[in-house]
This record gives sequence, C-alpha cells and structure tokens, in this order.
Amino acid sequence: MNTVKRFMGVVWLGLAALAGYFGLTSLGLPKLASGKTDDLVFGLIIVIVLMPLIVGGLIRFGLYALQGEYDD
Amino acid sequence: MITEAPKATSNTRSLISVIGASSVGTLIEWYDFYIFGSLATVLATKFFPEGNPTAAFLSTLATFAAGFIVRPFGALFFGRLGDLIGRKYTFMVTLMLMGGATFLIGLIPSFESIGYLAPFLVLVLRLLQGLALGGEYGGAATYVAEYSPVGQRGYWTSWIQTTATIGLFISLLVILVTRKSMSKEEFDEWGWRVPFLVSILMVLVSYIIRKNMHESPLFAKAKAEGKTSTNPLKESFGNKYNFKFVLLALFGATMGQGVVWYTGQFYAMNFIKTVCNVDAIQSDELMTVALLMGTPFFVVFGWLSDKIGRKGIMMFGMLVAILSYRTIYEKMYQTTNLKNKQEVVASFTADSTVASDPKVAGGSIKTKTVTRAYTDGTELTEVTKLKIAADPSAEPAKPEIKRTVKITDTDRWSLIWLVFIQVIFVTLVYGPIAAFLVEMFPVKIRYTSMSLPYHVGNGIFGGLLPAVATYLATGAKEANTLADKAGTALPYAAPYLEGLWYPIIVAGVSLAIGLIYIKNKAQVVD
Repeated sequence: MNTVKRFMGVVWLGLAALAGYFGLTSLGLPKLASGKTDDLVFGLIIVIVLMPLIVGGLIRFGLYALQGEYDD
Repeated sequence: MITEAPKATSNTRSLISVIGASSVGTLIEWYDFYIFGSLATVLATKFFPEGNPTAAFLSTLATFAAGFIVRPFGALFFGRLGDLIGRKYTFMVTLMLMGGATFLIGLIPSFESIGYLAPFLVLVLRLLQGLALGGEYGGAATYVAEYSPVGQRGYWTSWIQTTATIGLFISLLVILVTRKSMSKEEFDEWGWRVPFLVSILMVLVSYIIRKNMHESPLFAKAKAEGKTSTNPLKESFGNKYNFKFVLLALFGATMGQGVVWYTGQFYAMNFIKTVCNVDAIQSDELMTVALLMGTPFFVVFGWLSDKIGRKGIMMFGMLVAILSYRTIYEKMYQTTNLKNKQEVVASFTADSTVASDPKVAGGSIKTKTVTRAYTDGTELTEVTKLKIAADPSAEPAKPEIKRTVKITDTDRWSLIWLVFIQVIFVTLVYGPIAAFLVEMFPVKIRYTSMSLPYHVGNGIFGGLLPAVATYLATGAKEANTLADKAGTALPYAAPYLEGLWYPIIVAGVSLAIGLIYIKNKAQVVD
C-alpha cells in the first residue's frame, strides 16, 4: 500500500497542473475578461483564492505523498 | 502523534447540557448567517439598488467575500485564540460578534437615506459575520468532542452537525412569521429588520447559557500542565508533521464533504427554482420537508461512525453521491418537464398590458402573461416583459421571460424524495466529520488545525459550487444554442446536468485521496 501511496503522489502533482491550467483558462481568465461586475469578483476569487489553494495544496500534498510522509 | 486518552468522567446529564449550550449558540450563528441570504431580495432593494454598478459590486462582495473568503480567516484568527486562551472564551466572542453584527445590519439606514455608506456598512458587518462563523464551528465541535467520552464523539458531535440545517429552518420560520404578522408594505418598509433585530435576544439567551459553562476538560488539563501551544499557527501549518494532516483533512475529506453538502442543500434548491421553474413557495416547502426528514440522520451516522469508523461512512456518502447525482437531477428535471405532460388546450389564457417604464423617461414596458393547465393539475404561468424605448430607432431590448410552474402533490412528493436522498448523502459525509477532524489533531493545536480545512472545504470548495455549476450549465446551454443556429449536432444532450461535473469531480478526487490515505481509526486519541 505504501508503494501505491507514493506512486499516487505523481498523480496529485499532475492533477495540480491540470487543475491550474483549466481553472485559469476555462474559468478564471474568461470571467475576468467578461466585463461584468459579478464575473469580475468571481474571476478574482478563482484566480487569487481557489487556484492557489488547489494548485499549491495539491503540489504540497503530492510531494509529501512521494516522500512517503503518509506511509504506514 | 498518538497520545493516551484520559478516562472520560462526564456523565450523560452534564454532557447533554454541554451539547445543548454549544448547539444553541452554533445554531444561532447559522441563523444569523442565513438570514442575510434568506432576505437577499429585500436587502437588494434597500442597500444595493438595481442599475447602480458600485452598489452591485459591494453586493457581490458581501455575498462572496463573507461566505467564502473570510471564513477561513476567521478559522485562523479564532482558532489561534482558542488554542491559546481556551475554547469557551473564544466561542463566546464569536457568538457576540455574530449577534452584534446581525443586530447592527437591522439598524442600518437605507441607500436612499445615507447613500453609499449603507452598502459599505452592510459589507463590513457581513465580513464580521463571516469571521465569526469561521471561528464558531471549530470551537463548538472541539468543545463538545473534548467533553465526550472517546468512543462516543461521533454521536455527541453530530448534534452540532444538525445546527446548520436547523439554523436555516429557523431563519425561514422567523421571516415567515414576521411576514404573516404585517402587511406586505409594512414588511418591505421596516418589517424586514425584525429578523435581524430578534437575533440579539437569541444571542443574549445563548450567552447566558454559555457563560455558566466550564472550560473543556482536556484543554483545562493541558493548560494546567503547561502543555498548550505558544504559537498554534506555526505549529499547525509550519510543522510538516501536522501540516500534512491539515492537507489530508482538506483534500481527503472536507473538500468532498463541502461539495456534497452544498449540492444537497443549496444546488438542489436552486435547480428546482431556476431550472425546473417550480413556484418559490412550493420549492421552499418541499425543501423544508426534505431537510426535516433528513436531519435525524446526522445523528444516526454520527452514532454509527463510533461503531464502525468514520472513514467508511464518509467515503460511502461521497461514492453514492458521485454515482447517482446525474440520475437524480435528470429525474428531477423530467418530473417537472412540461413536455411530458398533456396540455388542456381549452384552459389557455393570454393577457397583455403596457405601462410606462418608471426608470426611463418616455419608455414603456409591455407585459404578456400566458397561463396553461395540464391534465394532471400542473399549471404554468409565463410572464414576458419587453422594455420599449422612447426612441423608435433604438435597438430593441431582449425580453425577460419568467416561467413559474405549480406542481401537483404527486410531483411534489417525487421531488421531496429526490432531495431527501441527497440530504442522506449530506448526512453520511457531514454527520461524522466533526469527530473525524477532532481526532486528527492534538489538543494544543486542535481548534486551529481543524477549523481551517473545514472552512476551506465548506466555504471555498462548497461555497463556490453554485457559481461554478451555474457557469458550466450556462456554457453548455450557450454551446447548444450556437450549434442549433449553425445547424450542427448539439454538443450536450442535457445541458442542465453539466453543472454537476463540479461536485462529481471534486468529490471524486476527495474520495480517491480519502480511500488511499485516510485511516479508519483516530489519528490522535485524547
């Protein structure tokens, strides 16, 4: 099980990259560019709060998993 | 970091009084938080006038910032205080802060009286509400858990878990009673302030009850022995050993729990009102019934988690939610889909009126009202409003169409059961989570460490659900419209279901992480 836990660390790192890319290109930036007030606030929350949390958090989580921090 | 648990000495009677005092306070905090959302339509007319971009910006900030962004900061600020000076005093402060902010919202003069100061003050007080809520939940859950015998924490903390749902009921109930005790004009004029002002009485009662409570025995013991943290933030998030569990709690549990909670309680309500177009009163009633039916299961699954472990129950809740959401929402959609019903042609009525537009000089508004009835008793009212400019050469405005469907008892019960199933998913993931989080972190940094993942998972991942899901569904609908105009195949067979990909993916990732990394036994036993 420890091998699986460590191997999945790579998956979480990849997921962080994917989430960052699609979060910005499909959600955050189009909202910022729309020109509507609601969209502006929503876009800022996506870009400044949600994406750093998901990407930064998943990177740290993936690295910890790879390093065997969650091993039994 | 597994430490030995002290033997529990609390008897059931004192435990019940602890649960009661903690739950009442938390319930009032949820009441205060929800009252703003429940009165959003009235508040918009008083503080955020339509067509004013600055007021609209402040309104959006008040909605998003307090609900999503500020809560984790409240968790950090009050969590730190709770780990430094104690649970009891900290959640007394959050209670007073929440009550004071809610009361003051009820006193703010309208936009007409004091201009931009009104929406600005609302925003500030709403931010204080968010901060207070961020600090309250972790304190209450920690306090109750630390009073509970180790093998019964799931059961006792599950009472705290019911407060979010009951707080929503009470907010709706107080508004309903206030509305019924006066005319519509009186309510719009000043009656809407009553639910805010009433809060101070409830908070005072709760304050008196809580004031007589003692500090949590585990924290008091740690403090007496000099084992409390001097820097909880650093120990929680600067220490790799603890921080890895904060991340695990977030990605393996609260993130998935947050989206399942918001889907079952808020997205379902929004879907029934705006996609199925069910009459607002009928929607509120059926949601209330489904939530009431589901609420006892918070306690059932909290209790069960003491017997068979927390992980299995929470992961099962996420799994069944992921697998069944699209089927449930398709069934909800088809239950109210008028294409599946037989129209009574003779009952068709149409009426048209033209009135002057109060906002545009020389302009007018043409209103067309169409009603249709169906053989099963369903009724449709469709109101189309078209603004006509004074200048005939001006570009014609897009008509606003509002459809309201009054459903039959049979359809209402179908929807109640479909929402109830989702509430059961909510109780599966939410019932055991307070005990799960408490048992992940040691006493000295517990308040801080458990509050942050809870509020990021619920406030940010869950709180963004309505906006992200609506965005996905709208995008799918627009893509279909474009394809239809171009004469090509429609890319989405059911665009109204596309918004569900957000909870499905987020809960899916959380389920995978939880299954692989979370253990079925307590990380910390104290």
